[in-house]
Amino acid sequence: MMSQNLFISTSPHIHCGDSVERNMHLVILALVPALAASVLLFGIGALIVTATSVASCLLFEWLISKWLLKRERCTIGDGSAIITGILLAFNLPSNIPLFQIVMGSLFAIGVGKMVFGGLGNNPFNPALVGRVFMLISFPSRMTSWPVPHQMLAYTDAVTAATPLGLVGYQNDSLPSYMDMFLGNTGGSLGETCALALLIGFVILLAFRVITWHIPVTIMLTVAVLTGAMWLVNPEVYADPLTHLLSGGLMLGSIFMATDYVTSPMTRKGMVWYGIGIGFLTVVIRLFGSYPEGMSFAILIMNAIVPLINNWCRPKHFGEVVK
Amino acid sequence: MSLRTFSTGGIHPKSNKLTASGAIEPARLPSQAVFPLSQHIGAPAVPCVSKGDRVRVGTQIAKADGPMSASVHSSVSGTVSKIDSIVDASGLRRPAVFIDVEGDEWEPSIDRSDNLVINVTMSNEKIIERIRECGIVGMGGACFPTHVKLCPPQECRIDTLIVNAVECEPYLTADHRLILEYPDQIIVGVRILMKTLGVERAVIGIEENKPDAIELLRTKTQMVSGIEVMPLAMKYPQGGEKQLIEAVTGRRVPPPPALPAHVGCVVQNVGTVFAIYEAVVKNKPLIERVVTVTGEGVSRPCNLKVRMGTPVGQLIEQAGGMPENTAKIVSGGPMMGRPLLGTDVPVVKGTSGILLLSEKTAARKEERNCIRCAKCVSVCPMGLEPYKLATAAELGRWEVARESWVMSCIECGCCQSTCPSHRPLLDWIRLSKKKK
Repeated sequence: MMSQNLFISTSPHIHCGDSVERNMHLVILALVPALAASVLLFGIGALIVTATSVASCLLFEWLISKWLLKRERCTIGDGSAIITGILLAFNLPSNIPLFQIVMGSLFAIGVGKMVFGGLGNNPFNPALVGRVFMLISFPSRMTSWPVPHQMLAYTDAVTAATPLGLVGYQNDSLPSYMDMFLGNTGGSLGETCALALLIGFVILLAFRVITWHIPVTIMLTVAVLTGAMWLVNPEVYADPLTHLLSGGLMLGSIFMATDYVTSPMTRKGMVWYGIGIGFLTVVIRLFGSYPEGMSFAILIMNAIVPLINNWCRPKHFGEVVK
Repeated sequence: MSLRTFSTGGIHPKSNKLTASGAIEPARLPSQAVFPLSQHIGAPAVPCVSKGDRVRVGTQIAKADGPMSASVHSSVSGTVSKIDSIVDASGLRRPAVFIDVEGDEWEPSIDRSDNLVINVTMSNEKIIERIRECGIVGMGGACFPTHVKLCPPQECRIDTLIVNAVECEPYLTADHRLILEYPDQIIVGVRILMKTLGVERAVIGIEENKPDAIELLRTKTQMVSGIEVMPLAMKYPQGGEKQLIEAVTGRRVPPPPALPAHVGCVVQNVGTVFAIYEAVVKNKPLIERVVTVTGEGVSRPCNLKVRMGTPVGQLIEQAGGMPENTAKIVSGGPMMGRPLLGTDVPVVKGTSGILLLSEKTAARKEERNCIRCAKCVSVCPMGLEPYKLATAAELGRWEVARESWVMSCIECGCCQSTCPSHRPLLDWIRLSKKKK
C-alpha cells in the first residue's frame, strides 16, 4: 500500500474556483463607480455616511456572531456585511446623523440577517430592512435630500425635493434627463447617478455575477406601465424615462433586487419576480403616499420568493416528451 | 454554423488534455495481475479456474452470472496463485482472481495479426454471442454489459447508433488517441454494430477540441454510407448518454426507467466499438485497454495500452513516478472518477484514466451556507435543483428529494464543482439516491 496519506473523497475532484468571497468582492467592485459618483456629487457627507455604515455593519456582525451566537468562525470576512453597509448608505441622504446610521446598521445586520442564521438564510434584503426601519423611525431625516455639490457640508447641507417628489406638483421644474442620468439631482447618496450604476451593471454581467433577467424585467415593466399612464394623462404622470432615471430604480433593480439570497432560483422565476417588483414600484409611486416605492416593492417580492421557487421549477430533463 | 450541443445546463471546466499528442505506448507486463470479478454493473462473475491452474492470455477465468453479468478473461499467461479479495476502484473489498505472470503466451484462437478485416459475414446472433463471450462492457466508465444494449426491448424501433467519442472529462485522451491510431478498426466496428442493430444511420459524436480526429474520421467515412461524423460544441457532460442523444438527435430520453432505446437510439463508447471489432473479427476478449496516466506535476503523462489487472502503481511508475505533492489518485476523470485507496488497485474494464492530483486541488474547501446563487440549478444538465435536493437530504427528508426527481441525477458533478459555498451537494444527492 501507499506510504503517504491520500485524500479519499467522492467526485467531482475539481472545483471551478468560485467562492462566496469572490462573488461578494465583485459586487463591491461593481459598487465602486457609484461610490465615486456619490462622493463627487455629495462631497464629504457621502464618505462619512458610507464609512460609518460599513464600519458599523462589520462591527455588529462580529459582535453578534462572537458574543450572541458564540460562533467559532466569524463571517465578516465574506464581504457580505460590507455590501450591506454600502447599500444601506446608498439608500440614505448624505446629511443623516451618525447615530441614525448606526441604528440602521444594527437593524440591517441583526434583524435583517443574523437572527435567521447569517448570510444565506435571510428572507429579506438586509440593507432594505435597515432602510425601511430608518424610514419609519426617522421619517423627517429620511425624506429630506441634500442638493448636490455641497462638497464640505454634512448634516448642515441644504435640502430640496427629489425629482419623484416633484412629479404631479411641479412637472415643469423637473431636472433634465442628462442631469438625472449623471446624478445631478437631490436624492439618496448612491441612487442618483444612473451612469455609474449602469457601469456597475456591466461589471456584474461581465464577471457573470448576475444575469440580466431581474434588472431588465424590472426596468421594462416600469417603462411599460408608467408609459401607459403617461399616455393617458401626461399632466399628472411623468414619462417613463423620468421614472427609470429617478429614485432608487437603478440602484434597486441592479444591486438590491439581484441579491442572491433573496431572489428566485430559476430564470423564469427571476422574470416573474422582476415583473412583480416593477409593478409594485409603479403602483406605489403613482398611487401610494410615498413618492418612491422601490424598497417596499423589493421587500414584498422577497417575501414571495419561496412561492415563486415552487411555481417556477426548472424543466426536468425529458419531462416533456413528444 | 454553430455546432450542436445539449440544451440544459452544463459547464466548461479547463480541459487539461496534457496527453492529446502522446501516441499510445504499451504498458509493461505486471508480475502479478489481479482480476476483480465485478468489473460491470450486474452480478459478479463466477470463477472457473482454481488455484494452481495454468492460464494463457485470453483464457476465460470467470463466467458471467446471469444476463446482466460479464465474463472475465486473463490478460496474462501464468499460474492462478489465489482466489481472494482486493480493494478495487469502488473502495470496497471484493473477490478477485490473482495470477502470477509467466511469459506471454496467448490463446491460439486469438488472431494477433494486424490485418484489417473489412467484411464481416457473421450472423447477428453470432455477433451478439461473441460480444457476450468476450466479456465486452461499456468502456466509458459505466461498465454496462454491451450485449444487453444490443438486444433492445421488442417494442423499441432503433433507428440511430450513436458512437460516443466526446471524451468531455478533463485530462482524459484515451478515446482521442484510439481514434487517431485505429480509425479503420473503429469504422468496421461501427458497421458491425449497424448491421447487428439493423440501423441505416450511425453518428459519431465528437467534441470540437479534437479537430485531428474529426478530420481523420471524416476522410475515412467518406466512402462509407450511413456514418456521419458530427462535431459538437464543447460542454461537459456531453458524454452523458442522455446529453449526447439530445445533442445529436434533439430527442430527450424520458426519466427512468425509460432507456435510450425508447427514443430509437443506442449509444456505444468509441473504446467499446474498438473492443467489439477485436472481439468479432479477431476473437479477442476484453483483456486490454487504453488508459491515460496524467495529472498535476506528473513528469511524463502518457497514454498506455494496459493489460487488465495491472496495478495502477506500475502505470504511475511508467509515467515518471508519483509526484511528491500527490494527495489523491483518481481512477477516471476529475469530474466523475473514483478516488483510489492505494496504488495496488488493478486496472479494470472501466478504467479510462489514472489522474494524480495535488493537495491544493484534492483538499475540499470549508463548507459555507448556501447563498442561493442558483448556479447549481443553472448548470444541472438534468434540470434538477441540487441545492434543494442536498438540503432535503441534510434534513433526512428523502421523500422530498424523491419527489424532486433525485433518481434522475446522473452524478456528473457540475453542481458541486460550481458551488461557491463549496457545499458537498453531490454527496448528499448520492445519499438520497440510496435511501429507498
